[in-house]
This record gives sequence, C-alpha cells and structure tokens, in this order.
Amino acid sequence: MSFLSIRNLSVRLKKGPPLLRRVSLDVAAGEVRGLVGESGAGKSMIGKAVLGILPPSVEVTEGEILLDGIDLLTLPQAQRRRRIGALAALIPQDPLTALNPSHRIGPQITDRLVDILGWTRADADARARNLLAEVQIADPDRVLRSYPHELSGGMRQRILIASAFAAEPKLIVADEPTTALDVTVQKQILKLIAGMQARHGTALLFVTHDLGVVSKVCQKLSVLYAGMVVEDTSVADFYAAPRHAYSAALLAATPKYTDPSAGLTPVPEVVIATVQAEVAAFDRGQAHG
Amino acid sequence: MVDAKAIDGRSMIRRRAGLRLWLSAGWLAVLCAVALLAPWIAPKDPLAQDLFLGRLPPAWVQGAEPGYWLGTDSLGRDVLSRIIHGARVALTVALVAGTITCLVGATLGLMAGFLRGWVDIVISRLIDIWMAFPPVLFSILLIAVLGPGLMSIIIAIVVIDWTRFARVVRAEAMTQGAMDYVASARVAGRGRIGTMVREILPNVLPTIVVLLTLEMGIAVIVEAILSFVNLSISTDDPTWGGMIAEGRTSVHQAWWVLVFPLITLFLTVLSFSQLGEGLKDRFDPVLR
Amino acid sequence: MPFLRILVLRLLTTGITLAGVAVIVFFVIRVVPGNPIAMMLPPGATEADIARLSALYGLDKPLVAQFGIWVAGVVQGDFGTSITTRQPVLALVLGRLPATLELSIMALVIACLLGGAAALTGTRFRGGRTEGAIDVANGMALSVPDFLWGLILILLFGVLVPIFHISGRVTPSLDLPFTTSFYLFESLIRLRFDLWADIVAHMFMPALALAIPLAAITGQLLKQSLKETMNLDYVTLARTKGYGESRVILREALRNAALPTLTLVGVQFTFLIGGTVIIERLFSYEGLGNMAIDAVINRDLPLIQGIVLLFAVIFTAVNLIVDLLYTVLNPRLRHG
Ligand SMILES: Nc1ncnc2c1ncn2[C@@H]1O[C@H](COP(=O)(O)OP(=O)(O)OP(=O)(O)O)[C@@H](O)[C@H]1O
Ligand SMILES: [Mg+2]
Repeated sequence: MSFLSIRNLSVRLKKGPPLLRRVSLDVAAGEVRGLVGESGAGKSMIGKAVLGILPPSVEVTEGEILLDGIDLLTLPQAQRRRRIGALAALIPQDPLTALNPSHRIGPQITDRLVDILGWTRADADARARNLLAEVQIADPDRVLRSYPHELSGGMRQRILIASAFAAEPKLIVADEPTTALDVTVQKQILKLIAGMQARHGTALLFVTHDLGVVSKVCQKLSVLYAGMVVEDTSVADFYAAPRHAYSAALLAATPKYTDPSAGLTPVPEVVIATVQAEVAAFDRGQAHG
Repeated sequence: MVDAKAIDGRSMIRRRAGLRLWLSAGWLAVLCAVALLAPWIAPKDPLAQDLFLGRLPPAWVQGAEPGYWLGTDSLGRDVLSRIIHGARVALTVALVAGTITCLVGATLGLMAGFLRGWVDIVISRLIDIWMAFPPVLFSILLIAVLGPGLMSIIIAIVVIDWTRFARVVRAEAMTQGAMDYVASARVAGRGRIGTMVREILPNVLPTIVVLLTLEMGIAVIVEAILSFVNLSISTDDPTWGGMIAEGRTSVHQAWWVLVFPLITLFLTVLSFSQLGEGLKDRFDPVLR
Repeated sequence: MPFLRILVLRLLTTGITLAGVAVIVFFVIRVVPGNPIAMMLPPGATEADIARLSALYGLDKPLVAQFGIWVAGVVQGDFGTSITTRQPVLALVLGRLPATLELSIMALVIACLLGGAAALTGTRFRGGRTEGAIDVANGMALSVPDFLWGLILILLFGVLVPIFHISGRVTPSLDLPFTTSFYLFESLIRLRFDLWADIVAHMFMPALALAIPLAAITGQLLKQSLKETMNLDYVTLARTKGYGESRVILREALRNAALPTLTLVGVQFTFLIGGTVIIERLFSYEGLGNMAIDAVINRDLPLIQGIVLLFAVIFTAVNLIVDLLYTVLNPRLRHG
C-alpha cells in the first residue's frame, strides 16, 4: 500500500476547462517520485491538491487522494488540515515569499510543533537548532533570532527545508525547490534535499521540469501533459526506453547533464499533435461518459 | 456550490449598487422639487407660532391636532412645513458651496499636481496647515468672523473644504502627468496650461464629479452643525440643523421635533454619498 | 543616517505647519466683529474703562506687535489670559485636555475593535453573504458623519432605551476624589469601579458616535489588505502546517495586513479628534471642543488661539507618532 495514492483526480477551473484529467499516481513510503511536464501542465496543481491548498477558483470534480489510506477529500476542512499538517509538508518554490516577514525564523519552525503537535517549547527549540545544523547553517542560534529579510535566498531555502522536516512528516512535496535560486546554490540545495530525504526516509513528491535532476534524485517518475499523466514508470526504465512518444521527445529535448553545452531541442510538432489528440479524445470521452 | 454563492453575492451587490444609485438620485430629486415648490406645498406657514398648539404630537399619535402631520415644536410651529422650507437652505448650500469648493479646490490641486515646482510647494504646505485645523472649530470661527447668514456659511465651507479636492486632484494629476500621452501632447506643441486643461482635466474629471457629490453631502452637514451651534442663518428661519438643536433640548418631551428633521438630514446625506459611491463604481473602476 | 534626516525634515515641516496655524488663527480672529472687552464690562461702562481694560489685555497695540507679544509668550509657555474667566489660558486648556484625550482614545479603541472584528469576520467568510452584509454596513457607517450618529445614538440609547447618559462627563452629584482630570484613568487606578462605570456610561455614546466612521474605514481597508495577504505564499505554507483558517488569519496575515492600514488610521484619527468639537457640544461633555465653542461665542480671543494651537499640536503629534509606530512595527524598516 502506497503512502500517498492519488486515484483518478480531476480538477477544473470553476465552471471552466479541466486542469487535471483523471490523474493517478502513487508514492510509496520512503520513495521519491518525480513529477515533470511543461509549464502549465498541472504539476503544482497536483501538489496543492495533496496538501489541501487548491486555490478557491478551482474545484475537484472526481477522484480521491489517499494519504496513509484515508481519503483527504472526504474529510471536513479542519480535520483534513490537521491530518495533512501531521503527515505531510511542503518545500515551496520561492524562498523569498514563503517566510512571514514579521515573524522571527525560530517561531516559524517551532510554533506548529508546540501549537498543533503538543511539543514542549524546549523540545521544539532544540529540534529547530538540530535541524538548522543538519541543513548546514553555521550559526543556528543567530539565525533563529533573525527576521527573513536579514537572510539570503539560499539560507532561507535551507530554513524552509529544515522547517518541512521539523515534524518528521512521512511525505514531503517539493515544488521546484531550486528554480528561484541561483545556479551555484541550486546544486547544494538539491544535494541537501536528497540527503535529508534519504536520512529521514521520507517519501518525496518532487515537482520539476528538469529531467536531469530527476535522474539524480528520483526512483519513480510521472510525466504530465495538459493535466494528463502520459507516463508513469521507474526512472531506470524511463531512461532506458520511455514508453510514450511525448516523454521520449521530452527526454531527447533535455540537454545531457554530462554535456551542458548541448543545446535544447524542442519537442517535435508531430509529437505535440499526437498528445493533444489524446487529450481531446479524453475530453470527448468525459463529455459522453 | 461555494462558487455559485459567491457569484450570487457579487451580482446581488452589483444589482444593489444600481438600486442605490436610483434610490439616492430619486430622493434628491424629490427634495429638489420640494425645495422649489416649498411655499405652495407646505401645509402651514413655517414661521407661524401658536403657543396654544406647542408640542403637538404627529398626526397618528394620541392628542394630535388635524393639519399638523408631523406635530409642532415648543413654539407651535409646524414641523413638516419647517422641514420643507429647511430643504431650501440645505440644498442651496449643497449646490452653491459644493460647486465653488470644487472649482477652487480642483483648480489648485490641478495646478499643484501638474505644474509642480514652487506652485506645488506652496499649495502642499497650505494643505498641510489646513489639515492641522480642526475643521468644525475652524468653520465656527469663520462664521464668528463673517457673521451669520447664508453667504457666510458658503464662504466658510469653501475656505475649509477646498483641501478635500486639492489633495485628491493633486495626486491624480501627478499620476496622469507622468503618462505618455501627456508627453506626446507636449511634443505636439501644446503649452503647459493647454495640456493641463485639454489633456489632464478630462482624465481627472470623473474623480472630481465623485468628490463633488460627496462634498454636497458634507456641505449639508456643515450647515446643520452650524445651525446646531446657533451660528447659521437667523434663528427663526427654518433650517434642519436649527430644528435638530431645538429637538435635542426637548427630546424627552417631544421626540418628533428631533426625529423628523434628523431622518430627513440622514437620508439626504446618505443619498449624496451613495450617489457619489455609485458614480464611482460606474465611472471609474480604478477609483475603487 | 537617512532616518535621522527624515526625522529632522519632518520636524521642520511640522514647525512650518504650526507657525502657519498660529499666524492664521491670530489674524483671523482679530477680524471678529464685536469688542470682547465691551462684552466683559457691565452696560454703561465708559470709553475710558474700555481703553484701560484693552490696554491690560494688550489689545490696544498694533496687530503685528500683538502677534509678536503672543508668540514670545507662547514660546515661554505663556498663552495669555482668558478674557471671560481671567485665568491663564494654558491652565484652562490643560484642565480640559484630559477629558478630550480620554474621549478620543476610547473612540479609537472602539473603532479598532469594531473595524478589526468586521475585517476579520469578512475575511474569514469571504465571498459569501456575510462579507456582503459587512460591506453594506461599512458603506452606511462611512456615508454618515459622527454628528448624525451622535444624534441617532441619543435617540436610541438615551431616549428609546435609556441605558446610557446623554449629557455631561460624570453624574454631578457624585463627589470625585480625583487629583487629575483623567477621570477614567484615575478611577481605575483608585479602584473606584462605581465611578468608573458612571464615567463610561457618560462617555460611551459620544465615543461610539466618533468611532463609527473610523471603524468603517478601518474595517474596509483592513479587510482588503487581509484578503490580499491571504493569497501570499507564507500564508499558504501555514495552511499546510495544520492551522485552521481563523488561526491562519490571526497569526500569519493580520500583522502584515495591519501595517498599510495603520498609516491611514493615523490621518483618520486626527479627523476623529477634530470631530470631538461638535460631539462634545452635542453630549454636553466638558472637554476642549465644548470650551472652544464657548470661547468663540464669547469672543475670548486668547482662549481660542490657545485651543486651536493645541489641536494643531495634537494633530501633528499624532501623525508623527503613527510614522514612528510604522517604523517600529515593520521589521524591515527597523533594521534597515
Ligand atoms: N490560482 C489559479 N487559478 C486559476 N487557474 C490556475 C491557478 N493556478 C494555476 N492555474 C492554472 O492551472 C494550470 C496548471 O497550473 P500549475 O501551476 O499546476 O502548472 P505547473 O505545471 O506547476 O507549471 P509551472 O512549471 O509553470 O509551475 C495552468 O493552466 C494555470 O494557468
Ligand atoms: Mg508550478
């Protein structure tokens, strides 16, 4: 039984076009699944659905999201939030906007431990200090007393990673956690997440559009196009032989990380046409079914 | 489900916005008609005193006297007739004081915001000084200087309230002045004053009209406040504020002397400001 | 350094503003018709009597000289002598100031509580009917000024359901053990809750009348700002931590959303203080404003000058305090 299991999840803009089309994917305990696709494919939407933070402008039309065996979509809001808060966490994309500017760093990591999970203040503080050391922050005590604007982007992302691991969640959703950082920092942060994930044995849903990163971090992979999962496979199989024409083209389009000088080849139009036809066929099926 | 409710709510609010625009315009139109026709439609002479008929209750209350629909005050003057005649003063002040204030304030604001430089410095400093005065006290002081009377009230309102227009119009003119169309008008050879009048003014006009409507409501209130402290017109002439002042002192014995002028004043002020808000929504989505 | 420069600049413009107020008040009230000295003397006083008294109050000198004398006095803390009561203006004014300050601050507190509650409720139930109802109520409260709210409150809670007092500051028959004029504050300190309750029963309605328009503006702005803040990333992140929606609003959004509202509340608070003049009159509340109106009616020139100047000082001080508060509450500026 997977820890996270999304079954036939469809999401659409209220009274508007579908954004996710019967998405299914599983993340087993301790496993890392990559979620790739072009911009606008709906990767973040899946992450938001799992974490219960879908924007109010969209609605779920069908499907279930089983977190540790219980369907989140059937829970009342307060209970759903508590369950998600206890079992899952988010590493956000933009570290500059994801910390509250008017609170110090310390409470932003520890408050939930005390308020919601019932830890003592001392335990929570100790935990925060250890975590900051674990994400290689040199002077944890000073940083815990700082305000976000006093810290660099890389530093803040380390803090957000530490904060995500604070309650020892079973699942973390990382939504393009390095795109907002500059290139030199990206690699460190990536290594850090991979290391933390391995040490803590946390399941990870890793959203990215960089297949090069996937090969380094993930075991499983879902490829998304227009809110539809076109490929769901293990990373090893994918690199050996992608099954779907679109993912093959995507793979071909990705510059080899061994050879960064190789240029980007766009996905051929024939392939795009094929996958768009599939999406259209799906929508027709929905309309008639 | 949540969605449908939200959309319902929004269209409800929009419908209500249209409704409030019509309701307030309607009330003000009725009031204008009443003010114009006051001598013919007022059932009694608003100044006629009859001490034997003092503090008569409104028609539907025990002890009323026929013909005095809303009762009488302590001097036996008919409340309804006084309200009707009071509308003349209120609306004159609203229209005249509002318009002059608007002209003065908007002109100064436009000059400060578009011409900048020392004009702006002087006007801005004046605005700062004006903002440091408590407006009600300032108006009472001015009436003391000018002597009571309709003219004095109008002058006092203009002198005090021009900053309301100047502040907003100045800011607006500054924003507009920084836009490309102004630069191209200048390049095309228009002079500074020409640009100000031909290019900037039309763009700040919606704002000015909205402010003008709001100012008319404020003028009505200022007149009422001045009448209330007994500084407005001569004490006999019917004004809503004067009636309210009298009603306030006898509120325990004759509530109607306070209640009816108050309701009239309330509806009028509410209508002016709702008209302004409604125009704001309709005219110019950026204002909100 | 730049902070210090801004402060110096602010103080300088404040100085200019106050000087402007002083000049305008001084010269405007000299034009007041009616000789205050003649009004003081019993009917039948001779020209010589009037001249003697005028000389006593310095009213016989040229205007500019009078102005110079007044300013020189003000700088030394001497605001002249009231013509009607023949007491020092400063003492009179400071004697009434506490009443007006207590009233204004109580109104401010009520406004913040009402406005805050409206904004928080509206944000919590945003998009629904509750929010629509709050918007309508706000619109009404904003459209009508404090003077009318005062009259309406008098009718509702003074006459119809008489639960509050509608005139005065305290029941006259009570005997007051106070040494300052901060009655509300001092009754608390002395644990005289009976007096405190009486004072509140007198203050509540004028304070509420003053508070309603400010509450509406605060509520409207804070709600708008809260709704914007609720879409920010750190608020979303807090939702994933397991906090309920109300907790998220209070803990994560409120503080950041309140900052932009604060500056506006400052300016609006000066409007509120300006409103005390007529509201004190309406409720026969013995504060500065009521005294000011009497001073105008009695042509008590030195007293008018003193009161207007004091109001101007209060207004500029409020604006200065709000700016400082903004800096203190904004961590980005505090360390910047
Ligand atoms: N708050 C929102 N309201 C309405 N539509 C939205 C909202 N957020 C996203 N969408 C739409 O949903 C679709 C999927 O967006 P999503 O953010 O999941 O894409 P993504 O795959 O994460 O892309 P990216 O790589 O750019 O982050 C897009 O078409 C987008 O326009
Ligand atoms: Mg995304």
